[in-house]
Amino acid sequence: MTMKDVLSPTALSLYHELLETLGPEALKKMLLTMHTIRAFEERAEQLYAEGRVHGTMHLSIGQEATAVGASSAMIRSSGDAGDYLLNHHRGHGHCLAWGSSVDKMMAEFMGKETGYCRGRGGSMHIADVDSNNLGANGIVAGGVPIAVGVGLSIKMRGTSQVCLVIFGDGAANEGAFHEALNMASIWKLPIIFLCENNQYAMSMPYPKAFNIEKISQRAAGYGIHGETVDGNDVLAVYKAVSEAAQRARNGEGPSLIESITYRYKGHSKSDKQAYRTREEVQDWRDNRDPIMRFNALLVRTGVITEAEGEGMREQAVEIIDRAVAFSEASPDPDLKMIMDGVYA
Amino acid sequence: MRELSYAEALREGLRQMMETDPSIFLIGEDIGVYGGAFGVTAGLIDQFGGQRVIDTPISEAGIAGACIGAALTGMRPVGEIQFMDFVTLSMEQLVLQAAKVRFMFGGKAKVPMVLRMPGGSGTGAAAQHSESLENWFVHVPGLKVVMPATPYDAKGLLISAIYDDNPVIFVEHKLLYKTKGDVPEKPYRIPLSQTHVVRQGQHVTVIATSIMVTRALAAADALAKEGIELEIIDPRTLKPLDDAPIIESVKKTGRALIVHEAVEIGGFGGEIAARIAGSEAFDYLEAPIRRLAGLDIPIPYNRELERNTVPQIENIIHEARKLAQTAY
Ligand SMILES: Cc1ncc(C[n+]2csc(CCOP(=O)(O)OP(=O)(O)O)c2C)c(N)n1
Ligand SMILES: [Mg+2]
Repeated sequence: MTMKDVLSPTALSLYHELLETLGPEALKKMLLTMHTIRAFEERAEQLYAEGRVHGTMHLSIGQEATAVGASSAMIRSSGDAGDYLLNHHRGHGHCLAWGSSVDKMMAEFMGKETGYCRGRGGSMHIADVDSNNLGANGIVAGGVPIAVGVGLSIKMRGTSQVCLVIFGDGAANEGAFHEALNMASIWKLPIIFLCENNQYAMSMPYPKAFNIEKISQRAAGYGIHGETVDGNDVLAVYKAVSEAAQRARNGEGPSLIESITYRYKGHSKSDKQAYRTREEVQDWRDNRDPIMRFNALLVRTGVITEAEGEGMREQAVEIIDRAVAFSEASPDPDLKMIMDGVYA
Repeated sequence: MRELSYAEALREGLRQMMETDPSIFLIGEDIGVYGGAFGVTAGLIDQFGGQRVIDTPISEAGIAGACIGAALTGMRPVGEIQFMDFVTLSMEQLVLQAAKVRFMFGGKAKVPMVLRMPGGSGTGAAAQHSESLENWFVHVPGLKVVMPATPYDAKGLLISAIYDDNPVIFVEHKLLYKTKGDVPEKPYRIPLSQTHVVRQGQHVTVIATSIMVTRALAAADALAKEGIELEIIDPRTLKPLDDAPIIESVKKTGRALIVHEAVEIGGFGGEIAARIAGSEAFDYLEAPIRRLAGLDIPIPYNRELERNTVPQIENIIHEARKLAQTAY
């Protein structure tokens, strides 16, 4: 779906359905979160360029709808009351959408003691264990089999929680992915396997790495529910993930959802992007941008005014400004504590 | 002589071997158009095409297995694991298959493969992208482990590794890729298992690997001004280890300092220390053998923490000076 289809009959009927169940405030909040994710990552990139953040980072600019749609469909709380999240290296958006503190995330980027991982993890390892966010992962598909254990534990403890595990198209070609889907299937575990197909695994275009049209087809091989959604349509993602969560809570086992989206930026901080054209990137930006689309939908249906839409972007930037100020005022880890935190 | 970077030297070695031997091919993630995460294979796909510079899906067990199978059947594959950390996903194929098939088959098969991978910290990439796992492989009978420290060694050892009939784990270092040094244009081989005395000195023997060789040399320059002469030794091949030059050197200096980036506990330094202590050099020791290596923690993200996790030049200076002044 492109900008032209923002008000298509299918889009509108989905919109009306969700407006009914969620209410306008929730929709506005979803848009604001998408803006916050983008502002966060744009700032992170700028701070990196200025040498104020080091290492590397994987930006999800262009993929905000999947993060926000999926997280909004889950119960985000702590302990047995909340669902679980596991995600991957391109995970800033997932964490922010899950409700992570922007301050603590930014502080982690700056390697500060006040960051989520006390400056030990950095961009690739943001976790917020207190809100059942079990963390991003530097290893492709690293979180996927862990989800099996989380699902197993949910079942053994007899709660009604669900585990959402997010990974990329590239991850679906690791052996761990296949082992995990099969185990989750035979044990009917409450897991949502959400595959963010952003068209590339680093330089590898998705059609060169798969001999199938859709990654969701792999669900059939494991006897679980599979579907492909427009990952740049926040409401479509929301709906698919909500339904998967419902099935999981009903004891119907795992689902594999493939969310079609696109990353605008290079893979990481050292990518010349020789494997794709500028035109291709520009086409996604101009015609399928998830924020532009959702904003247009909310403006044209009268949920927000155009000015309110613009205000949201500014609001997001202010949130980030405060996070940067917080981080800069935060202490660095104490070198004397370098051996700390390895063992429980 | 002409200077090349460590990455360029590796690339030249690969190119020259591929030009002469059609059984050599490259396989790994993003090694084609992308040129490899650290640019080592840049441009090779243009020269040799996608049939010999094979981009794979993200499947490290598959990459290792594909190398083994091809090597068993007449090819000389050179695989690339994007970061050494990810070789953990290839372990079964390497440890239980590549290392053992020849022996299990009564010596009737061979596995002439090389698996290249960059280890090491210093890029802020944190715990899952910064490890130095070379000693895991040293512990496995049937594998060879090579770890070049200079552009010259990188090219010469890589060519030898390619023509070795055994599986060779070839450990590069991320921070070395851009370092420059003299590299002959013509192909040449540096024999595996030939320990190299990089710098002569009479007071302390420093056995260092990979980037620690560079840091030890810098430390030696600094200490020379104080009248302390370090003898720097680079094993280059960790397995099978040529320990004779190390033992000879310690007999001369009576003092040994072993420096590596990998975690000290269970690290390669323990093997070196045991070789020295178990040899005739024991009688010549004038001070306890010392190790300087990585702390027993995963690599942290924060810059200062990261720097302090592994030996730096100033740490080597400090340890070597102390050792030079210690006597039983
Ligand atoms: C096991 C492993 N292999 C390789 C890598 C290097 N790497 C990191 S992300 C990535 C591409 C991942 O692609 P995909 O799963 O599609 O996620 P995306 O980056 O597109 O979000 C690669 C090759 C890694 N981190 N872990
Ligand atoms: Mg991808």
